[in-house]
Amino acid sequence: MSTSQVISSAHAGQKGGGRILRYTLSERVHHWLAALTYIYCLITGLAFWSPYMFWLADLVGGGPTARFWHPWFGVAFTLSMFWMYKMWHGDMQTTPADLAWKKAMVHYIRNEDEELPPIGRFNYGQKLFFWLMFYGVFLLVLSGFGLWFVESIAWSLRWLRYLAVTVHVAAALATIGGFMIHVYMGTAMVRGGFTSIIRGEVSTAWAKTHHRLWYEQVTGKIPPRK
Amino acid sequence: MSQATLQIVKISGHAGPVPGAGVERAEQVCKLVDTTTCIGCKACEVACLEWNGYTFTDTVFDNSYQTMPETAWNYWNLIKFNEHEREDGSVTLLMRKDQCMHCAEPGCLAACPADGAIVQYSNGIVDFQQEHCIGCGYCVSGCPFNIPKFNSGTKKMFKCTLCSDRVSEGLEPACIKSCPTGCLHFGTKDDMKDLAETRAKQLREHYGIEKAGVYDPPGVGGTGVIYVLHDVTNPEAYGGLPKDPHIPWVVRFWKGPAKWIGNFAMLFGVVGVTMHYLRYGPKQVDDRKNGNGAQP
Repeated sequence: MSTSQVISSAHAGQKGGGRILRYTLSERVHHWLAALTYIYCLITGLAFWSPYMFWLADLVGGGPTARFWHPWFGVAFTLSMFWMYKMWHGDMQTTPADLAWKKAMVHYIRNEDEELPPIGRFNYGQKLFFWLMFYGVFLLVLSGFGLWFVESIAWSLRWLRYLAVTVHVAAALATIGGFMIHVYMGTAMVRGGFTSIIRGEVSTAWAKTHHRLWYEQVTGKIPPRK
Repeated sequence: MSQATLQIVKISGHAGPVPGAGVERAEQVCKLVDTTTCIGCKACEVACLEWNGYTFTDTVFDNSYQTMPETAWNYWNLIKFNEHEREDGSVTLLMRKDQCMHCAEPGCLAACPADGAIVQYSNGIVDFQQEHCIGCGYCVSGCPFNIPKFNSGTKKMFKCTLCSDRVSEGLEPACIKSCPTGCLHFGTKDDMKDLAETRAKQLREHYGIEKAGVYDPPGVGGTGVIYVLHDVTNPEAYGGLPKDPHIPWVVRFWKGPAKWIGNFAMLFGVVGVTMHYLRYGPKQVDDRKNGNGAQP
């Protein structure tokens, strides 16, 4: 059973003032666990990345402290990503509606939302971001263990040390790109999005505008998509 | 270790130029290890422990005279033993004193992200400053000689200091002082190079060891430890001395172009979303059209 259906049966149409539950408490908690652990890894990781950003380590207790906690927060981020996967992977599959939306994505970027085909609970961009972070964390945690226990990699297998560095850097930069767009859209661009991931609710107007198929589904106007 | 009388010319993880670099020129110091006169007595191993204040740890037996397989965080000087079979089938014992090579272009320093954790002095010594070390282990990936070692208790990296504390006071390194056969020499790089070439020539012309030569690898800009080898064409036989060591290209790319590509990409991201906001602004939910007065 997908999360959309849970919301649909429990909350649709029951709240006054045209509010719809978009994220359950569990979803919000896991989102913020992921957000905080990722941001910690980002701050400390950037400190290790460039001497010009090494001062960032001072924000979180200095270089050795940052180095000690970075891998542990990375493991916590991986776990929270696993939970998000369990909650959302059903909702994150590409649908025919997404493909139509993808073709018209330029209108989304230009805020010409009336030109866009209706989409479900998450749009194609959100799904891309989800899978970027999902595969990103997979690569980050694998290569991260290589960096964490670098001396345990035998000298004769030292190409693995170099591979770990390469993969960690590439995956980190890719997730940073996604993260920037995600934060920008969640806070500045799509008004109401930030409130929804904190308090869980959106207005019916918001739901109709941004996720019409989901709105119709949770209000019972069309049957839930399998 | 001691920075008191040594001028720093290179600093790891440092934003901007090195303060005071170039104001003082010093002679490059160098250790010369003549493997042809080493008897494998390990006096240098003991002298290193004594001077640096480490106790003797457990040895690891691996069917050879070698104390342990690799140097350790508290065992910086290790003679590598190799029973080498010559082309004619006879066997010889190759012995090489292994320690930090003090590269002119140190891979550890290039890889290190911590400001001032690894320095290179104007006399060529590459030294770890444990008070600035964050214990990340990047130097392990940067080193082409497998030298930096991690102390999991203190979370700091350690290696041979070339006795920077002794050298800065005008003394020779402890290992050099202890050598009973005179196979270890210490002096300026130029003098040691001369001495090594003279010895190699002697081996070639007077002893008929045709492949004798000097190991001073140019891939890392030359080293502060040079070897006289019986067979300079096969340094790998001396306990895995790399034939053509250089800073791994991944590390050079990571610390060079990748950094600028990554930084410009991140800057581009910040500028990009800012420009998008200035050009297009936020998405408005048209409540009238949707027939509902609720605010998002």
